[in-house]
Amino acid sequence: MIVRRPLVASLVLGVVALAATACGDSSSSSAGAKCFDKPATPAIAADSVKNATKGTSITLVTHDSFALSDGTLEKFTAQTGIEVKLLKSDDAGAMVSQAVITSGKPTADVMFGIDNTFLCKALEANVFQSYESPALANVPKELQLDPHYRVTPMDVGDVCVNYWKDSFASGKAPASFDDLTKPEFKDKFVTEHPDTSSPGFAFLLATIAKYGDKGWEGYWRKLRDNDIAIAPGWTEAYSEQFKSGGGDKSIVTSYASSPAAEVVFSEGKLTEPPTGVVNETCFRQIEFAGVLRGSAHPEAAAALVDFLLSEAVQGDIPLNMFVFPASKSATVPAEFSEHAKLVDKPLTLDPATIESNRIDWTERWAKVALR
Amino acid sequence: MGEGRAALGTRGVMARGPRSRVARFAMVGVPLAFFAVFFAYPIATILDRGLGRRGRHNVVDLLTDGQLRSVLWFTLWQALVSTLLTLAVGLPAARALARYRFTGKAFVRALVVVPFALPTVVIGSAINALIDRFGLDDGPVRLYHTTWAILLAHVIFNVAVIVRVVGGYWTLLDQRVDESAQMLGASNWRVFVEIDLPRLRPAITAACAIVFLFCFTSFGVILLLGGPRQATIESEIWRYAVQRTDFHTAALLSAFQLAAVIAMVAAATLLERRVGRLAGRSRVAAPRRPSTARERVGVAAALAPTVALVALPLASLVERSLVVRGGHGFDNYRALGSRDRASSSLLVPPIEAVRNSLVTAVVATLIGLVVGGLAAGAIVYGRRAVARALDIGLMLPLGTSAVTLGFGFLIALDDPPLDLRTSWMLIPLAQALVAIPFVVRIVVPALRAIDDRLRDAATVLGASPQRVWRHVDWPVAARAASAAAAFAFAISLGEFGATSFLARPDAPTIPIAMFRLLSQPGAALRGMAMALAVILAALVMLATLVVERIRPRSSVSL
Repeated sequence: MIVRRPLVASLVLGVVALAATACGDSSSSSAGAKCFDKPATPAIAADSVKNATKGTSITLVTHDSFALSDGTLEKFTAQTGIEVKLLKSDDAGAMVSQAVITSGKPTADVMFGIDNTFLCKALEANVFQSYESPALANVPKELQLDPHYRVTPMDVGDVCVNYWKDSFASGKAPASFDDLTKPEFKDKFVTEHPDTSSPGFAFLLATIAKYGDKGWEGYWRKLRDNDIAIAPGWTEAYSEQFKSGGGDKSIVTSYASSPAAEVVFSEGKLTEPPTGVVNETCFRQIEFAGVLRGSAHPEAAAALVDFLLSEAVQGDIPLNMFVFPASKSATVPAEFSEHAKLVDKPLTLDPATIESNRIDWTERWAKVALR
Repeated sequence: MGEGRAALGTRGVMARGPRSRVARFAMVGVPLAFFAVFFAYPIATILDRGLGRRGRHNVVDLLTDGQLRSVLWFTLWQALVSTLLTLAVGLPAARALARYRFTGKAFVRALVVVPFALPTVVIGSAINALIDRFGLDDGPVRLYHTTWAILLAHVIFNVAVIVRVVGGYWTLLDQRVDESAQMLGASNWRVFVEIDLPRLRPAITAACAIVFLFCFTSFGVILLLGGPRQATIESEIWRYAVQRTDFHTAALLSAFQLAAVIAMVAAATLLERRVGRLAGRSRVAAPRRPSTARERVGVAAALAPTVALVALPLASLVERSLVVRGGHGFDNYRALGSRDRASSSLLVPPIEAVRNSLVTAVVATLIGLVVGGLAAGAIVYGRRAVARALDIGLMLPLGTSAVTLGFGFLIALDDPPLDLRTSWMLIPLAQALVAIPFVVRIVVPALRAIDDRLRDAATVLGASPQRVWRHVDWPVAARAASAAAAFAFAISLGEFGATSFLARPDAPTIPIAMFRLLSQPGAALRGMAMALAVILAALVMLATLVVERIRPRSSVSL
């Protein structure tokens, strides 16, 4: 009985997998290229933006980690006479799902904070209206993922494996993907569930980008055998199971900027970060803003996108959201750049590939990592 | 006299309750309209939209897909076992609180409500910390990431429902029956099983129905304590709808969830309705002090499991809120008043979240009391068909996925005059949907328990129907409602799901503020989050104590 159980289980899984494919899974068959097709809705003309009327009130919807210094959005109102109401949603995933189901009849005029891992999903659902901001001149081409300008790059960051320096004071800290599978790091690594956490999903994408569609499951099998822990979200992983939060794990999936955040949030008690970053594991996250299709005030909304790319916002982003500004001309505070670096060669995957494989990958991941 | 009885008896529906047309219309109309606009319409819209799309799974998969089937089965049995365990832990405590008077009783009654009102994130992490501290995370007795941890957490969260709902009803039982039985030589156990239990059935059924629905739709507990392998219908709906944007599969699961909940609630309301009349208020004896040493030990033993389960996680929270660099202190509390860089993503000083929470909770409680109170009247005094529909219908929001309802709001309430999608009012309205079932389930059994002979006597003595209502029914209803208000207030204070899911103008409540503080690295912020959690716990206790003070004068406590 004990011997036969895995066989029965794998048979069941096989049948399920067959059934899933037979049922015509919409996500893994056709999608792919559709998200960068030319949109039917005409773009907002750049020269119409100056016609945005004073006294209009528009709404900016963001994810729950959005933050700017006091009075930043008020500067926009002072410049243009347009009022901005801020709406906060749950995490980026929930925000995008809400935008998809209300596509064409949005709850806001501008969305801030959709990233490259969710981008294709929103574009496929026709959530945004094109607008080519003149301020894009300051934004590197490699960040401008949508050729039709439905979204505008806002900030850049990396999701990377972090480690607690003190735990490796006497020995070697992990330095690569392969290190994480070695016996000396057994039972030390906590990462997030890719189905419930955006850094967790980014780390899965990093392993796929690194090992390819054939190899990543083998890598995860080794991680599993090295007793990795899976937390539901970043908070549980970093603030509870990782050393920083008083837990006993010394390696965690977080951000390239987490060491800088540790210093800044220590309120002057730390000058050197207690954590380090494993550069090889970094996956690039680009966040975008866009005018929501169906907005009653598209010109005013476009004016806000321009403002979000201006120095007032871009220079304010690093110390509030712990990511780098998309604009090349923005000033990055030394307090931030001292301990946070974007890696030179981050791992990436094309948004269309991510979207067409999202469900397939996470299901395959669950079968390997959670067994 | 005989004719008078016939007209006023249990079947003489028109003779009971308020007489005026306006009152009767409001009793039925207001709850019905509320239910239709804020529940039935959004749910129907999202199910219709979702089922019309294509998704990964179809309806046949619910029966044939091994993974989905195991999710359905696990959801059902863990809810059932959780409910039974909660009942087993809570019932002795309910009896002790109903029958005896002792120092610290008000404190215990307020304490048990606290976990119920705290966000899962907080209690969940406290439970995990305790599991770790007692060495149950690994080894022969392993709790960490097991089904046991889920069951334990469900008991801690829901024991308040048993203690307060059943305990409150218990005080209405005529104690002289018990005493006579005891005098005739019946053991305590026999008195409990043969005399108390049958009479308690309506309250036990009501409380168990609520606990079952909470566990049936459990989400945070499953994710945080069950580990990455456990899934319930609720967590799958969230995964499919929010993470995968597969509204078809999410709608299928929601429809199944709704059907199961309707069947369950229908059965429970049937059981609850078959009930004998209880004693009038005059015959209820006041709780007394335990007189013998044996009685004192008995009371302590009855309360111990409940108090220990509730107090341990809370103590761990308090401890963590006091941890500062190099020892213990109140720095975390002091930091809550300022808005510096540490709290930038809050956009307001964390302490402002306390004010936002209080305002939202007051509004949600008022809506809950008005709509739920009217509905309770309609259920007890109204026409049978209407009563039954409201009785079952108003329970459904408890058993409905918060995510489904949230998406329903987004696509249904999008046109004036009901474009509430981005309105602040949506939050208290959503919370009231969860509070109303409590008001109904606590007030209805109390109203049903009123002895018709009391009403008859009042009428015979010349009282007008209005006077009968005011002097017989109203005091009972008001007392029950004050107990319900405590629950409604607590639910709203700690509610996280709807508040976090629905996009809202930036006025964070305590749970939201706590969550944001926890979403950034740094020990200082974590300490502040814990301090906010302790403030929330204190607020809940305070609110419960205050609500108990302002209820109508009486020795009876619900």
